[in-house]
Amino acid sequence: MISKRIVLRFPNRLIDQPIVCKLVKDYDLEFNILKAYIAQREEGLLVLELKGQDEEYNKGIDYLTRIGVRIQLLSQDIVRNNAKCTHCGICISVCPTGALVIDSITRKVHFYDNKCIACELCIPACPPRAMEVHF
Amino acid sequence: MAKTITEINEKIKKGQAVVVTAEEIVDIVEEKGVKRAAQEVDVVTTGTFGPMCSSGIYINIGHAKPRIKLGGGKCYLNEVPAYCGFAAVDIYLGCTHLSDDDPRNKVYPGEFKYGGGHVIEEFVAGKDIRLTAIAYGTDCYPRRKLETWINIKDVNEAVLFNPRNVYQNYNVAVNLSDKLIYTYMGVLKPNLGNANYCGAGQLSPLLNDPLYKTIGIGTKIFLGGGVGYVAWQGTQHNPTAKRKDNGVPCVPAGTLAVIGDLKQMRPEWLVGTSFQGYGATLTVGVGIPIPILDEEIVRYSAVKDEEIFAPIVDYGKQYPYSEKPQVELGEVSYAQLKTGKIKLHGKEIPTAPLSSYPKAIEIAETLKDWIKSGRFLLTEAVASLPGPESGLTFKFLKERPIE
Ligand code: SF4
Ligand code: SF4
Repeated sequence: MISKRIVLRFPNRLIDQPIVCKLVKDYDLEFNILKAYIAQREEGLLVLELKGQDEEYNKGIDYLTRIGVRIQLLSQDIVRNNAKCTHCGICISVCPTGALVIDSITRKVHFYDNKCIACELCIPACPPRAMEVHF
Repeated sequence: MAKTITEINEKIKKGQAVVVTAEEIVDIVEEKGVKRAAQEVDVVTTGTFGPMCSSGIYINIGHAKPRIKLGGGKCYLNEVPAYCGFAAVDIYLGCTHLSDDDPRNKVYPGEFKYGGGHVIEEFVAGKDIRLTAIAYGTDCYPRRKLETWINIKDVNEAVLFNPRNVYQNYNVAVNLSDKLIYTYMGVLKPNLGNANYCGAGQLSPLLNDPLYKTIGIGTKIFLGGGVGYVAWQGTQHNPTAKRKDNGVPCVPAGTLAVIGDLKQMRPEWLVGTSFQGYGATLTVGVGIPIPILDEEIVRYSAVKDEEIFAPIVDYGKQYPYSEKPQVELGEVSYAQLKTGKIKLHGKEIPTAPLSSYPKAIEIAETLKDWIKSGRFLLTEAVASLPGPESGLTFKFLKERPIE
């Protein structure tokens, strides 16, 4: 039995497809939607907890990859390099989950990694490149 | 009673000067009134830390043996081209320059990971920089090729010289189009999805001396973690821009050209930055002391976020395509911007800043410490910046087709 939290990124053409249903029907997987967004321009974003038998789980993931969904494990860590962060605040408008927020008193930017879904939108948006992906 | 800069400097030397930040002066004036504040406070320090694209450094690398004349040739620092249209070994590196093979926006939106600003940050940090150059060779400068590491501690001069920094107020950027756009004001989501602003508001140098009564050519400042000077008004200096009754412009107005010895600056205050889809730049820390000479000056320096307004500008269509200054979208105070949302067209829009307020405070505090400890004396401006009375304005390019 496998249970993993994963981030799925859909290209535009797949946004209205019943992909998750197929995971349930064809691969007998259970899911729990944690978050869903139409994030940037041409991409949909879905954070799922996906559960099932090892073999079926892997087949399900294969299927997703085949049709063009990009998959990322949520355990992939987004880390802020605090030495580099200038607390400019520009990332707060790109972060879809509110994991990056400005403290209204100190005006410093907090990073709540428990809210982060590793969508990586902040990575290229951070001017000094303080947000980093660690594998 | 009015004070002079000489008197204030005497106090600084004795360690007796009363120095406060532009944030602290707000409460002092509210509590004690303008008159007492003007008597008691000697200096107000300001600060700003934001992306400033018209920034760069010039370096004299020293003569090679045999000699080479870079002037008229080509030269690169860590692959980023530097300007060498000067004498033999003087070069200038602008912070937005990119290496020839940077993909730029070919893969849209471009990342602009490494540009002139990044080279500057590494150079200031004391890292070795790879210099490659080709020259045409002359009888007195026979060499045609040079490849060497250079280091800030070995070059003759290294000077930060920025033709335009410290904008006095700036636009609030929104996007009325239905496409996501990548701008120098950050990522702007379609249909008023977000609003980005840039500026330290009540801490910002030129908003605390809106009519340039004390800040002028020759004013000594905090620049990039070291000491610098105001060299001139900055490019696009626009003192006749619209102002409120308190003298504070409500659109982008004055600017400064600043200069200082790069060798004593710090990489924390000169940070190479990348704006997705836009380009590379340098985020610069600047702090300016304001001598409290009289009541008028203390009143200006006590300006607060509620009293400073910035225009809302559409970067979807209006900014790229139209000459007209934006009026229809209205204006908003920095106090409102800092709440995290503004209202426009009946819609609540989240706001985000581009320049770091915590770093602006740190700069104002650092400058305050320098002055209090007697390390930093104030200078008298040698000439004033053109003010509103100069009639100077900012022009668009008049294009004249070449037949
Ligand atoms: S954009 Fe980067 S530097 Fe700015 S506050 Fe966010 S993480 Fe820090
Ligand atoms: S990756 Fe960045 S933008 Fe995405 S959720 Fe995490 S912090 Fe927010």
